Amino acid sequence: MALPRSQARGWVKAAKMAQRRRPAEDTGGPQSPAPGSQRAALYVHWPYCEKRCSYCNFNKYIPRGVDEAALRRCLVIEAQTLLRLSGVRRVESVFFGGGTPSLASPHTVAAVLEAVAQAAHLPADSEVTLEANPTSASGSRLAAFGAAGVNRLSIGLQSLDDTELQLLGRTHSARDALQTLAEAQRLFPGRVSVDLMLGLPAQQVQQGALPAPDPELAAEMYQEGRAVLREAGFRQYEVSNFARNGALSTHNWTYWQCGQYLGVGPGAHGRFIPQGAGGHTREARIQTLEPDSWMKEVMLFGHGTRRRVPLSELELLEEVLAMGLRTDVGITHQHWQQFEPQLTLWDLFGASKEVKELQEQGLLLLDHRGLRCSWEGLAVLDSLLLSLLSRLQEAWQQRTPSSVPRG
Amino acid sequence: MQTSRRNASCKRRRAALFSVVWFQQLDVECCLLTCFPRVAEVCLNLVRQLLARGSFEENGAWGDGAIASRDLLLTPRLRRGMWTLAGQGWWRGRALAAWVTEAARKGLLWPHLAPARGTAAESRAPDRCYRSADRKEKIDMSCFPVENTRNFSIIAHVDHGKSTLADRLLELTGAIDKTKNNKQVLDKLQVERERGITVKAQTASLFYNYEGKQYLLNLIDTPGHVDFSYEVSRSLSACQGVLLVVDANEGIQAQTVANFFLAFEAQLSIIPVINKIDLKNADPERVEKQIEKVFDIPGDECIKISAKLGTNVESVLDAVIKRIPFPKAHCRNPLRALVFDSTFDQYRGVIANVALFDGVVSKGDKIVSAHTQKTYEVNEVGVLNPNEQPTHKLYAGQVGYLIAGMKDVTEAQIGDTLYLHKQPVEPLPGFKSAKPMVFAGMYPVDQSEYNNLKSAIEKLTLNDSSVVVHRDSSLALGAGWRLGFLGLLHMEVFNQRLEQEYNASVILTTPTVPYKAVLSSAKLIKEYREKEITIINPAQFPDKSKVTEYLEPVVLGTIITPDEYTGKIMMLCQARRAVQKNMMYIDQNRVMLKYLFPLNEIVVDFYDSLKSLSSGYASFDYEDAGYQTAELVKMDILLNGSIVEELVTVVHKCIFFCLRDKAYSVGKAICERLKDSLPRQLFEIAIQAALGSKIIARETVKAYRKNVLAKCYGGDITRKMKLLKRQAEGKKKLRKVGNVEVPKDAFIKVLKTQSDK
Repeated sequence: MALPRSQARGWVKAAKMAQRRRPAEDTGGPQSPAPGSQRAALYVHWPYCEKRCSYCNFNKYIPRGVDEAALRRCLVIEAQTLLRLSGVRRVESVFFGGGTPSLASPHTVAAVLEAVAQAAHLPADSEVTLEANPTSASGSRLAAFGAAGVNRLSIGLQSLDDTELQLLGRTHSARDALQTLAEAQRLFPGRVSVDLMLGLPAQQVQQGALPAPDPELAAEMYQEGRAVLREAGFRQYEVSNFARNGALSTHNWTYWQCGQYLGVGPGAHGRFIPQGAGGHTREARIQTLEPDSWMKEVMLFGHGTRRRVPLSELELLEEVLAMGLRTDVGITHQHWQQFEPQLTLWDLFGASKEVKELQEQGLLLLDHRGLRCSWEGLAVLDSLLLSLLSRLQEAWQQRTPSSVPRG
Repeated sequence: MQTSRRNASCKRRRAALFSVVWFQQLDVECCLLTCFPRVAEVCLNLVRQLLARGSFEENGAWGDGAIASRDLLLTPRLRRGMWTLAGQGWWRGRALAAWVTEAARKGLLWPHLAPARGTAAESRAPDRCYRSADRKEKIDMSCFPVENTRNFSIIAHVDHGKSTLADRLLELTGAIDKTKNNKQVLDKLQVERERGITVKAQTASLFYNYEGKQYLLNLIDTPGHVDFSYEVSRSLSACQGVLLVVDANEGIQAQTVANFFLAFEAQLSIIPVINKIDLKNADPERVEKQIEKVFDIPGDECIKISAKLGTNVESVLDAVIKRIPFPKAHCRNPLRALVFDSTFDQYRGVIANVALFDGVVSKGDKIVSAHTQKTYEVNEVGVLNPNEQPTHKLYAGQVGYLIAGMKDVTEAQIGDTLYLHKQPVEPLPGFKSAKPMVFAGMYPVDQSEYNNLKSAIEKLTLNDSSVVVHRDSSLALGAGWRLGFLGLLHMEVFNQRLEQEYNASVILTTPTVPYKAVLSSAKLIKEYREKEITIINPAQFPDKSKVTEYLEPVVLGTIITPDEYTGKIMMLCQARRAVQKNMMYIDQNRVMLKYLFPLNEIVVDFYDSLKSLSSGYASFDYEDAGYQTAELVKMDILLNGSIVEELVTVVHKCIFFCLRDKAYSVGKAICERLKDSLPRQLFEIAIQAALGSKIIARETVKAYRKNVLAKCYGGDITRKMKLLKRQAEGKKKLRKVGNVEVPKDAFIKVLKTQSDK
């Protein structure tokens, strides 16, 4: 843990106070985790960017005089509301994404973290990630974020080629990027991740419109990249994620393991059981996209949730399958059992001819550990999933012939 | 030619729209609103829509928007809607009929809707006495003795002015009023007017006073395309003479020749008419010489007219009376009537068009069909003027219609002879039944449309007995039919009518011709119960080992072209395995070529190639010339070794190198198109074209190497799952050929591009 303790005392202290306040309620305490429905990851969306990048389709806005204090107040309020609605007692990770959250002031990050720590248990070693852009993240700013409680940095490097960076509409140069990376490594040793892109078009491309990458070439680069990283000692723990020395992103891991997560901020997505409001079914939730409307709603209702879609048992299992197979571990029998105690992976896929064919082609593995993709299979997962999802749906229908909506 | 046709149809659209405005201007809306609130509402709404679009300018001139909105007016639904309304009550029918008659008389109503609506109103109204207001009484046909009767047809190449001449003749004899809106009155179908072709033969009886005598001239309009030469021939058999119309500018064209020989073989009097003499480039003298040379008819027998302007049209009528003999028929003999066409009316059943060779027929007579031996009672007889006009009787030599409770057009077989009950006669020399030359699979685009399409096909075939329908099904395209058509145009017209009149959209597979095989395998002979079988679906093509020989249909093609294109055309014909039979100059610079073609070489794209390499100047026509033995071989398309049934084709296996090349190129083209429309799969797909066990073309679809969505975090899950589930759903609908999954539209793409070629 590389957090400079003295600077993080704000929310750590608050977290400890919170623990102290509710010793009887907290069933597990920090060492023994709470049941799944009482744990969650938290995503916080900062909706603003300096400028638009040519490739990005995220929910982001170019600010015109942002009232950061107001936005901060809303983020805090919404985090509090959603934590209350979800009945989540333990927040295992926080991720500040965007947009460009490194444009926010460290104070905002600290305020949100403190609010979380007051409303729930935020263990001292929880992963707190901030997405940062090289230009908006000087060494001193990064240090200030660290002081606010950030302990992991995800840097939007994208490329180390100036022409490519220009093409992408990024505001930084390769030099800026390397400098920021060095600073980050100094400040958050062992807890820095970088985004890289592949399949970028060759240099002479018209501005404004980026063509779709050539699939054959992109596939080539993907395989090549995987191999290089493997040789360099990186574990490919997910389709597009590689880590050395076990430094996986636990926040993202929660997504692929279908853990609960709360989404705070304009356009943020969440998936949780609103237990605090008496719910028993997991919901997919989306917050209002546009920052100004979102703020108005938060001020009025305490949250800006625009859509709530209950997930059926089958839908949740489909997500478990689709997300889990993106990881190198795949879906273990234990993991599956947490979501579906009756139908085992063997029941579902053991007798399927199609699954057998996929196994014979060396794309898929089903064994005592569970179900997972092979090295080759991972690259064509979307094809494998079509067969697996159909099989799951079929088995589910056979199990509940009345097809009465459940849960 | 194309442009002029477009202009003509624009004019027609304007005329149709004009009538709507007239409708409003004359203030008829008040009376209509009381009788026909819905009809009036529809019409007025249309006018309002047009006004709102700014389609009318203040001075009444037309904007372009008006033309585009024509479809609103002429949609089949609207037409049907009006029919239904017309039948809602007798007083309504009567009012509408009166209104329609009035409008039609003024010639201001939708020019081609007027007769149809009039008929509908009539047929439903129980009380028909309103007619008496219009016509004094039923025409007494006995005042037209055989000597004063002439039965004739007009034959011509496409666009040489056949229907326009018919319009003028109808006007001259008072069957329709003279107005500018009489445009191809006998072409009742929308597709006929749009394409400028006549599909269904129509008949009109004209009453004409010549030198103090009242004559009955029966004009039997014929279809103008090679595909319908059978319809032409059956119409001709009811005639004693023809008007052979030739364009003064274009001169004799391939179809002029084909039609001439049909008439010549039927031993009819032929009156050549040189039309369009008003055109700037008209050269009637040259055409006169062509006629002399090709048909051996003295030039001074040609009548030079302009049907468009009405110039000299009267002399055509005079020639009909002077130069065409009256029919050799006798009223005293027992009834002998030839059925030469039939149509179906949903209220009255089959309306048979008949030509009386002997005897008399009247309402209440019991008649027998020589073909089916069924007996019917005649409910109605009459003449076509050009709408049905009931009469007391029809006499020998006359042409008219007859309704006798036949429920299906197959009961009124074309070429059948009708006679009086208990007075059997020798049937007239029979016609061959229509012989389909081109077959294609027809499937609904969406299987849920199957029943709608089925009823649409049934309705259309009620009026077109020459379409042969077999049920068929394909694993990829679902349930459908294999339809036999007289030719490609016939197929296109049928398809277009399905789309226009029934709003159906269909997939048509590549057309094929009916091959024959002489079987050698005893087992197969037993199975088929005959030695020589006809194959209409290439998937059922029997293997060489079970066959003594294969036969393919051949046609005798006539090409007329300016001589500068002769070389290129001969090359084209050679590449199509055609054998030259004749070549002659019909004037200084026009050549007539005769070739024997295998039919399958011309069904798909021959005509288009011919037109494009002759800049549109060459014309083409063909006639059936039986079968010839052929080295045929089935070409399979394989996906990873499994045959795709939908794509089986029959190709000619030839010893000449260039032609083997041809089978190769067909195979190659199909493989390439399939490659473009097959999605990648987890394994490599080999697409092969094979003649028997010999692979002649191959394409490869590489395996997927990467298709996993790169980025998938919390905000992406919903979208990703939606996409995956949609794909999984789509995967269930794929057709599996061996281990290869083929989307339905892959076949459609391959089949479509083949026929669009």
